[in-house]
Amino acid sequence: MHVYCTDLEGTTHELLATEGWSVMEIIREGGLPILAQCGGSCACATCHVYVDPSWKAKLPEPNEEEVAMLDGTFEVTADSRLACQLFFTPALDGLRIALAKGSV
Amino acid sequence: MADSSLRTDVVIIGAGPAGLFAVFELGLGDMKCHLVDILDRPGGQCAELYPEKPIYDIPAVPLCTGSELTARLLEQIHPFGPMFHLGQMVEHLEKTPEGLWCVTTNLGTVLEAPVVVVAAGGGSFVPKKPPLKGLETFEGTSVFYAVRSRETFRGKRLLIAGGGDSALDWALNLHPLAERITLVHRRDDFRAAPDSVAKMRALVAADGMDLVIGNLTALEGEGDRLTGASVTLASGNTPTVLPCDALLAFYGLTMKLGPVANFGLTLHEGLIPVETASFETALAGVFAIGDINTYPGKMKLILSAFHEAALMAKKAFAYVHPDRRYRFQYTTSSSDLQHKLGVTEGTAG
Ligand SMILES: Cc1cc2nc3c(=O)[nH]c(=O)nc-3n(C[C@H](O)[C@H](O)[C@H](O)COP(=O)(O)OP(=O)(O)OC[C@H]3O[C@@H](n4cnc5c(N)ncnc54)[C@H](O)[C@@H]3O)c2cc1C
Ligand code: FES
Repeated sequence: MHVYCTDLEGTTHELLATEGWSVMEIIREGGLPILAQCGGSCACATCHVYVDPSWKAKLPEPNEEEVAMLDGTFEVTADSRLACQLFFTPALDGLRIALAKGSV
Repeated sequence: MADSSLRTDVVIIGAGPAGLFAVFELGLGDMKCHLVDILDRPGGQCAELYPEKPIYDIPAVPLCTGSELTARLLEQIHPFGPMFHLGQMVEHLEKTPEGLWCVTTNLGTVLEAPVVVVAAGGGSFVPKKPPLKGLETFEGTSVFYAVRSRETFRGKRLLIAGGGDSALDWALNLHPLAERITLVHRRDDFRAAPDSVAKMRALVAADGMDLVIGNLTALEGEGDRLTGASVTLASGNTPTVLPCDALLAFYGLTMKLGPVANFGLTLHEGLIPVETASFETALAGVFAIGDINTYPGKMKLILSAFHEAALMAKKAFAYVHPDRRYRFQYTTSSSDLQHKLGVTEGTAG
């Protein structure tokens, strides 16, 4: 199972995904730079990613904490999510995301 | 500069859990400590990033929050009377002609000691800056991330960005002084004390303050003076220019390595390599403990920081008290240690 992650240069990387891991961990394990300063505790917003619009509907809605934490980052769009709050399931095999500026 | 310098046994850079517990271990060895932190309170990440969140892996403490951990550490080190220099950034680390280490802060505090402990964690906490072109030109003259003096904003058209307590508190606090306040936030929902939100909304309803829901996209100005800021409104996509004389941006804090990179230590991926018998760095008398260090097997846990502090203190003793022999003792049974802790046998429990 894989996640496709586009870096700031526009290159897309195929990352091995593990069920139950957060997308932040998958990105980090895949060797891409992601700050994720709080280690996945929804407390820093330095794991901001953009989810490909075609995948948005397959993800659970962000909870209140995640939405509030997004206040602490920039260039937030309707596709913005915190990667540490997205947990990988087989249904997300092929998920496409892009890193945001504040996360690397 | 050295005229006003303070001489101590150990200078600790960073008052997170590593720096705080170091005071305890050093204190048992009769070493007095001064701590410096850019934050205005001790606790590091525990105080700044997760004061209310639970921690479950502190040995023998099944559960405590970030702020509880900080409070308990402060209580534990209280007998040793550590001196805190808060709200200051350590900018330089140099060797004095006398062979001491000299630490200088951005506020001009100069501390000298035979031992320096770098407990800088993930780096110093600095304000998050919006990625706006030309931002730096306005910083300090019309773009600010904190209020040093309220008077700066008297009679000004002030833009306040952010949706948390800092943004709301300052909007309310500066409202009587400023000519006009415009609060800009990306959504019409605020994570701040409900009372402040209610007060802000009442002011907006009474036309005493403006509330704009949108994102800052550009700054306009003459020289280093801000004249306006473009905002894309959440409701539509035509940007609006909000005229203003000053911008206060409150997007929270982030950790940046900062001056630690210039201390003369060779860093490995932004971390300080140490040996694991004493957590000393390549510079004799300079130690690195907690999240800032790296060694084979390192885990960024508070637990590791505590262990590192104990071993560091043992070696630091040799620098601070070269004429004395280090004596290993238990707090349980040593009346000497208990005396230092201000307890007499049996009263601690
Ligand atoms: C949300 C979250 C949850 C966590 N949960 C756990 C957990 O359950 N268990 C666990 O063991 N760990 C946990 N951690 C990790 C733990 O908080 C860190 O390992 C710990 O804070 C490291 O302590 P430290 O003292 O080394 O660094 P920090 O806590 O980062 O403190 C370093 C301090 O140094 C200051 N500083 C740095 N450079 C300078 C300078 N040049 N001048 C002045 N000051 C400076 C900084 O401002 C900061 O206050 C968690 C972390 C986060 C963010
Ligand atoms: S890693 Fe900090 S919010 Fe996701």
